Amino acid sequence: MSHPAIDPTELQRAANRLRFEVTRMIADARSCHVGSCLSVMDILVALYGGVIRRDDPSGRDRIILSKGHAAAALYAVLAEYGYFPQEKLRDYLKDGSPFIAHTNTFGIPGVEFSTGSLGHGLSVANGLALAGRMRRLPYRVFTILSEGDCQEGSTWEAAMFAAHHRLSSMVCIVDHNKIQNYGRVDEVLGLAPLDAKWRAAGWATRTVDGHDMGALVEALAAAPFELGRPSALIAHTIKGKGVSFMEDQLKWHYQTPTADEVETARVELMS
Amino acid sequence: MLGTAAGLAREGMRPFVYSFIPFVIFRALEQIRIDICYHDLPVTIVGLGAGYSYGDMGATHHAIEDIAVSRSLPGMCVICPGDPWEVRRAVSALSAHNGPAYMRLAKRGEPVVHGPETRDDFQIGRAIVLQGGGEIALVATSNMLSTAVDAARILESAHGIRPTVVSMHTVKPLDELCIKRLSETCRAIFTIEEHSVLGGLGGAVSEVVASIPTRCAVHRIGVPDRFAHVSGSQAFYREQCGLTPDSVVRRVLESKVDE
Repeated sequence: MSHPAIDPTELQRAANRLRFEVTRMIADARSCHVGSCLSVMDILVALYGGVIRRDDPSGRDRIILSKGHAAAALYAVLAEYGYFPQEKLRDYLKDGSPFIAHTNTFGIPGVEFSTGSLGHGLSVANGLALAGRMRRLPYRVFTILSEGDCQEGSTWEAAMFAAHHRLSSMVCIVDHNKIQNYGRVDEVLGLAPLDAKWRAAGWATRTVDGHDMGALVEALAAAPFELGRPSALIAHTIKGKGVSFMEDQLKWHYQTPTADEVETARVELMS
Repeated sequence: MLGTAAGLAREGMRPFVYSFIPFVIFRALEQIRIDICYHDLPVTIVGLGAGYSYGDMGATHHAIEDIAVSRSLPGMCVICPGDPWEVRRAVSALSAHNGPAYMRLAKRGEPVVHGPETRDDFQIGRAIVLQGGGEIALVATSNMLSTAVDAARILESAHGIRPTVVSMHTVKPLDELCIKRLSETCRAIFTIEEHSVLGGLGGAVSEVVASIPTRCAVHRIGVPDRFAHVSGSQAFYREQCGLTPDSVVRRVLESKVDE
């Protein structure tokens, strides 16, 4: 159900522009998780700009950002696609603003559910998908997981549930950037073989370069990958993607960019 | 399960979720806190096995902190029906309730307490007074209601004391007006619960009475602040904790001497 007129190059340009927007938001707020926001950006833009159905209020596709620490990326994408005015993004982390560092649904149009504690998103998505089936609504439910999400037991309970109940409207995307808060995923708590784990849980899987916009849109639009199964898309990504000094660096999970670093990011992302 | 229920409720449904109390409250507490309560969703969590209902199954299956824990969550309604009639009424009330709720059920074939005159009085947040006018009040919740009624009978027949008896089926939102009235008319309130003396009904009642200028004392009858490390039936543990009609009577009589 992808739009016929989708131009991956155009989406890629939007994603890089939003990468800069997020870098600036996080720098202004002196906050963190910029690396996670940059790694997930192409996935979000592919979904909102190229894949999801938005027109029908009850049949619209649902998206849950289970990796709620990348909230800034979601806010920037929602503004880009018209859910609220761009200038609202300047409220990010201001006292009294709805733009919280972890995804907040209260007072922000377009945010499906509040997240921030890993391991919650996929279960909630199951509930949305189950309700859709009961009410015969055609929407799909996309859940974006981090590796930290995949290390939570509750995620695998939800994975079993979705497969058992043949919730083929469920699509999860793993933002597989190989780095988490305390180090490299392989050193902290390895996930390999990740696609085999999802297959064993009863999901149909595909693997994609999470920064290849054309491939992302194609794969996401193709879900469900198999009839009667939920779909898992393992998206290989790079933490800090698009900003040379942030790429694949642990410290950019939590470091705040300086003004000079923001300027370098601008030059790299906007050229 | 709790996260999935939140998702269903988010789409406009009113799910009831059911399991043993330790597994539906303690294990899934963060899902309850964030997915259900933070989002203020109409999910009713039904927990089975109040207090020592599963006594001989051991501490993994005991439920003596659940009221305290659930009560502390913003927006959570906590209903602990005292007999089968209250369960029935609570279910219909909760199916129309617009928010998170926890219903605490016992297990052991609890007797019907309410007669025709009180069984239709059920309203969330409003205590049911089974008998009034006493100089002391027995305020019971959950599966301790019949114990309170039995204790009241003994007090009246053997000691000439006719206490007020209240079923406090809703611990949150607590019927503060009822507690205020009791504190004005009684010299002592005895809260009775098969639950820790910390943070449950006794805690909730104390919080209200503490803010009222009154000489009324609150005596919390419940489970001491400790785990059970030996095997035991529900009757055994109740005996140990002073949760039998006779022990309640003793507490009332002792309190008279103290004051």
